[in-house]
Amino acid sequence: MSGEPILCCSGLGKRYGRRTWALRDCDLELPRGGIVGLVGANGAGKSTLLHLAIGLLRPTEGSVRMFGEPLRVDQADGLARIGFVAQDHPLYRRFTVADLLHFGRSTNRRFDLAGARDRLDGIGITLERRASTLSGGQQAQIALTLALAKRPRLLVLDEPVASLDPLARRDFLRTLVDAVAGSVAGDDLTVVLSSHVVAELERVCDHLVLLDEGRVRLAGAIDDLLAEHRVLVGPRADDLDTMDGVIAASHGQRHSNMLVRLPGPTSPHPRWESHPVGLEELVLAYLGEGRNRPCSG
Amino acid sequence: MFVFRLDPSSGVPTYLQLVDQVRRATLLGYLREGDRLPTVREVAAALVVNPNTVAKAYRELDHAGLASARGGQGTFVTGSIGEVPTATYAQLSRRLREWLRAARDAGLAPEQVHALVTATLDDELRTGAA
Repeated sequence: MSGEPILCCSGLGKRYGRRTWALRDCDLELPRGGIVGLVGANGAGKSTLLHLAIGLLRPTEGSVRMFGEPLRVDQADGLARIGFVAQDHPLYRRFTVADLLHFGRSTNRRFDLAGARDRLDGIGITLERRASTLSGGQQAQIALTLALAKRPRLLVLDEPVASLDPLARRDFLRTLVDAVAGSVAGDDLTVVLSSHVVAELERVCDHLVLLDEGRVRLAGAIDDLLAEHRVLVGPRADDLDTMDGVIAASHGQRHSNMLVRLPGPTSPHPRWESHPVGLEELVLAYLGEGRNRPCSG
Repeated sequence: MFVFRLDPSSGVPTYLQLVDQVRRATLLGYLREGDRLPTVREVAAALVVNPNTVAKAYRELDHAGLASARGGQGTFVTGSIGEVPTATYAQLSRRLREWLRAARDAGLAPEQVHALVTATLDDELRTGAA
């Protein structure tokens, strides 16, 4: 992943009705050729951001640019570059797999029919089956295969694995990483997916965007984000909660745990131990931050 | 072909786990000079991890002089780090176990053992360098 960002949001906001902002002041640059994980609590604005990113929704304020140009999903060229799988990966239930592929090819200009057949063959899905008779995991695989066959530059997946069992989840993500690994330079694929399952994001994603109450709280390469944070454990210190760089703190009778962002209070005392932080701990700390602060200390 | 594994609970970043496995396997003789490593795509699909993470690990291996990409043919193990004969390895391992048992009998907790080993190793390295 390198070079110009694939997607650039500036001052992006979406208001529903007269007062409810689902997303606000969103400035974001998504790097090319990676897999971006979008996390946040329910109602944090994840689906809104995804829908704005692909032009399914019109922003109330701000703008989205793809490859430096405004989104043009009303034009065939613009639409061809984007793939989208909605939550619960809906398919035409009466269609057979062959019908779905035929439909895909008829409605898309550069549809990789042979590649789609190979992929489905590889995971043991036959063309005669009706969508409604397939398992949830297989339906998800078909939805993903159809989206990939469009050969989009940007693929957006809204909670793709939420309803799948662990094995189906693993198979789905395997198809996804294989598609990214197999995409060639110059025609490379970038994926944005939202998820609640942080453990899987850590393996599959190289970039993270964390939304909280309609705002971007954290965004960047996961390796960088992990390197920028530390868990400190040491003698109890109530006064540190309000210091700059302290993201979350919890206190025992005689000791305190803190998650800090560097450069922060790395070593307030020689007795403080500093530990690296895992992605799940980091995400939970940021999501819990607003709610934990008032009752700490 | 070399097979990677991942321990999600280790807290060690994925790319470093991959680098460590190649380093260890080379030290132990499981990997030898000229062995081909699986492609980035193969590793990504097998472990279900981000291909950029695998590519990063391979770049690190290249920097460390452990493996290098030969244009179009794949990534090959380049350096065998002074291979330890199996007998020597087994003997050292046995003596280390004896020592660890002694430490446990003396009441040392694993963290204390770890701290002692790290401190002694540091000390040795410093003395060796001087």
